[in-house]
Amino acid sequence: MGFQNIEELDAMHLDVLRELGNIGSGNAATSLAALMNKEININVPDVKILDFNEVAEYVGGPEKVVMGLLITLEGDINGMILYILDDDFAQNVVKAFFGSEFTSLVELGEMERSAFNEIGNIMAGAYVNALSSMTGMTINISTPAICVDMAGAILNVPSVKFAEVGDKVLFIDDSFGVGDYMQKVKSNMILVPEMESLNNLFTRLGLM
Amino acid sequence: MGMINIGISDLNIARPPHILATHALGSCIGICLRDKTQAIGGLAHIMLPSSKEATRAADNPRRYADTGIAELVAMLKREGVNPANLTAKIAGGAMMFQSQITAFNIGARNITAVKQVLAYFKIPIIAEDTGLNYGRTVFFDVASNVMQVKSVTNGTVNL
Repeated sequence: MGFQNIEELDAMHLDVLRELGNIGSGNAATSLAALMNKEININVPDVKILDFNEVAEYVGGPEKVVMGLLITLEGDINGMILYILDDDFAQNVVKAFFGSEFTSLVELGEMERSAFNEIGNIMAGAYVNALSSMTGMTINISTPAICVDMAGAILNVPSVKFAEVGDKVLFIDDSFGVGDYMQKVKSNMILVPEMESLNNLFTRLGLM
Repeated sequence: MGMINIGISDLNIARPPHILATHALGSCIGICLRDKTQAIGGLAHIMLPSSKEATRAADNPRRYADTGIAELVAMLKREGVNPANLTAKIAGGAMMFQSQITAFNIGARNITAVKQVLAYFKIPIIAEDTGLNYGRTVFFDVASNVMQVKSVTNGTVNL
């Protein structure tokens, strides 16, 4: 017995996912602050269950140019994490790391791109560590792959992989205040677990 | 001039002056069909190669290359089109992230499946912009049979 797809989750199980999202995002923001050597204030993240079309609208429309960082999860939880980062977020990172600004996400060089890979690695690592320590589950993460392109095209990747499970994903909308002026930036994270993994997670937490 | 937008796992047909459009194809494929003898055409935006491998095929046949193209051909037939007069232009099927090489390259599988299905219907492919690693938006002008493919990283081409 278990859930067949994300749409079947009831209010209580969704709340658990939200709470895990909150804790994981808090961890990720703390790591990001240390990495960027800046003060970072996080607001309570907004955790939603959205379908892929809604995700595209949420991040600015299917043709909005964004950066995607894709990380695969293996172990007791199988699935993927996709970070969708916009211009503002990327500008803050590039400023913090290199003291420079860029004109277009598309024109980022190898050095900047590898910095974003590192950030994806650290944010996903912090998130997954929070999950592991709460549940005792072992979760390995891949190194991130990066892609700058239209949001809709990037979202094809998780939507295709999980089309057989459902059209819905766990969408975590983090907003941070970064640096001296607490400039508000956003990072969006999409968590697409395989249903079997999600059922295991609820079992571990005694909710199934 | 009316623009008809086709969403993911959807399709439609049109006559001039309409333009059929579909946005941000990644590994998905846009298939533009046009009658050689009259100005009528259709566009399908498919997401996966085969309904036969799917457990949720029944809830949207337009999601798959085989059932999606079959439905588009059937719609055109109902408008009096002889399938023997159809030609195809296709775009999409990219691999957005390099790490997918080891995992799964659904874009390449979609391209293969679309070509097999078009061959089954004996519809020749007269232009294509497929594969590689970037997203594409397609505008299909039914009047001129021009498929315009726009991308963020590789400019715009008219095919």
